Amino acid sequence: MDTFIQQLVNGVTLGSVYAIVALGYTMVYGIIQLINFAHGDVVMIGAMVAYSVIAVLVGAHVSLPPLAIVVIATLFAIPVCMAVGYALERVAYRPLRNAPRLAPLITAIGLSIVLENIALIIWGRAPLPYPQIIETVTYRLTSHPDGATITNVQVAIIGISIVMMAGLLVLIYRTKIGVAMRATAQNAQVAGLMGIDVNRVISITFIIGSGLAAVAGVMDGSYYGVAHYQMGFILGLKAFTAAVLGGIGNLGGAMLGGLLLGVIESLGAGYVGEFTNLCHLSGWSHALALRCVSDPHLALFGSNYQDVFAFVVLILVLVFRPSGLLGERVSDRA
Amino acid sequence: MHAFFDTRGRPALVWAGLALVAAALIALPWVLAGIGTAWVRITNLAVLYCFLALGLNIVVGFAGLLDLGYIAFYGVGAYVYALLASPQFGIHLPFWVILPLGALLACIFGMLLGAPTLKLRGDYLAIVTLGFGEIVRIFLNNLSTPFNLTNGPQGITLIDPFRLDGFSFAGTQHVFGQALTSPIKYYYFLVIVLLLVIVVNVRLQNSRIGRAWEAIREDEVAARAMGINTRNMKLLAYAMGASFGGIAGGMFSAMQGFISPESFVLVESIMVLSMVVLGGMGNVFGVVVGALMLSYIPEVLRYTVGPAQMAVFGRTLIDPEVFRMLLFGLALVLMMLFRPAGIVPSALRKRELEQVPADVG
Repeated sequence: MDTFIQQLVNGVTLGSVYAIVALGYTMVYGIIQLINFAHGDVVMIGAMVAYSVIAVLVGAHVSLPPLAIVVIATLFAIPVCMAVGYALERVAYRPLRNAPRLAPLITAIGLSIVLENIALIIWGRAPLPYPQIIETVTYRLTSHPDGATITNVQVAIIGISIVMMAGLLVLIYRTKIGVAMRATAQNAQVAGLMGIDVNRVISITFIIGSGLAAVAGVMDGSYYGVAHYQMGFILGLKAFTAAVLGGIGNLGGAMLGGLLLGVIESLGAGYVGEFTNLCHLSGWSHALALRCVSDPHLALFGSNYQDVFAFVVLILVLVFRPSGLLGERVSDRA
Repeated sequence: MHAFFDTRGRPALVWAGLALVAAALIALPWVLAGIGTAWVRITNLAVLYCFLALGLNIVVGFAGLLDLGYIAFYGVGAYVYALLASPQFGIHLPFWVILPLGALLACIFGMLLGAPTLKLRGDYLAIVTLGFGEIVRIFLNNLSTPFNLTNGPQGITLIDPFRLDGFSFAGTQHVFGQALTSPIKYYYFLVIVLLLVIVVNVRLQNSRIGRAWEAIREDEVAARAMGINTRNMKLLAYAMGASFGGIAGGMFSAMQGFISPESFVLVESIMVLSMVVLGGMGNVFGVVVGALMLSYIPEVLRYTVGPAQMAVFGRTLIDPEVFRMLLFGLALVLMMLFRPAGIVPSALRKRELEQVPADVG
């Protein structure tokens, strides 16, 4: 039971990060039906910029509380990511808005490579150890001495995610620009006729998504303790999976999908070894029984397959419910 | 392009041209070997990339389905060859048995992946194939426990070279006083296969199937209304592309003698895609040009970028490898922005990519 709760806590933490990144995918997709492949790399840029700011501030022995340093770093990363997101849209996606679908998709892949390699030039190939300046405090969740725990970092990640999601919902459903975004998503042409500056709305969508991505990057870096120039790729893929799971183009769906995916992945990684333990089959094979004597945890698949779960989920969703949990039907032609 | 093969007009001229090309292809490795054996190896890899790019071109160029995990099929073919012709399991089958097996398995993988996803929009397909490529790589990396199938990240070594009736493609023989080295032998084999593949591709494009693919790419609904079984046709494109990848993988395995999951990463998929896009999606010759360009340019860069930086800045600021990837990324973006149909555009593709649809979405 303790393992279960622990995996659940880890899953929800991971899921919060996925959800925030997934929101960026889903907002852009909702408005211009483009999978912004480079979004994961915007997250990476956010993590890297924040890393540099933290490193500089810590190196300069600024007498600020650790929390303030992280907040400053994040506030620095957000505008950088927003600028990157805006530039991507302005330079590479806008000229192709009326092109066949394959063209912007290929451009997006190209941009993703460009961003990754720029990061590689700036920050190097080696994974950067994220400075653990905030002291980790562990809270026990159950009475068991080795039982499930939650750290202050996890609490912060989950809390900030909830606040950001709530803020986004308010922005989309309660403000004028939110109305404009929803109108553009429904029908860009008619929205334009109604006096909405469609280009501006699309730019703002990219900017908001990239701002969220920056925060997600800092959260991911602080949680795992490393940042790497390729971290955006797999994170982006998973966040996209989360967006599809929830129903792409649907904000609530992205949040739900992110959380679900995090939990599925965590529980999957935690239990796959147990489920595929080959020692239950010892009766069938003498060789197996011999190996199980030395290694009772002999399993067909271990937690090193964690990254596979997201893709399996993605494929299953696309087969059985392509519209996602909360979305509308999207399986029309490319 | 078909006219290129149409020798009815001026047969003598065309045959003379073909003879010239053939002579050049035969002489090429000896010239390159004069510069350095490394260049023959590089050429062999370039030919292999042509092969891969042509396979991907069937999927992306002909049928218009974006596949970002294409290298997985290459990996499947390579590992099939490696497992059936190496000391890993002590199995040593001849290559003409394994290559079709690899193609078949890659084809089955392609269909397994394609069947559930082909009814979806193109961009979903792109993501699923991307994920599939990653899954294959993760499995190759981890299938060393509990039973050692792939030897994990260490990869498989001592893979058999091609052998034909006692004639081995490894090692050096002397013919007419000239050293016939292993890369040169593979070169001739690869070029013959490549020419065959090019002919197959050109014929395929103008066949009933090729036209069906084209119709699907242009307008799937209309194609279905015209009686084309779109699902089967898309699946066929997928399976064919995958089997090309499988064969190329087998040849790669034999040529290198060593493979590891490192050779089948996403970057490779992107590189093959760049070749197709750069050369001209849907144009067989364009794709070959793209593949050759992107195979040789990095090698040239390797010899120029590093020294040039040393000369100007006194140290290496940008690793040639990074520079290469940066160029690939920029090439993808710039090509789509300024010349979406590629360097050697296919006529139809050009029309499609340059038109502005009426419904702005």
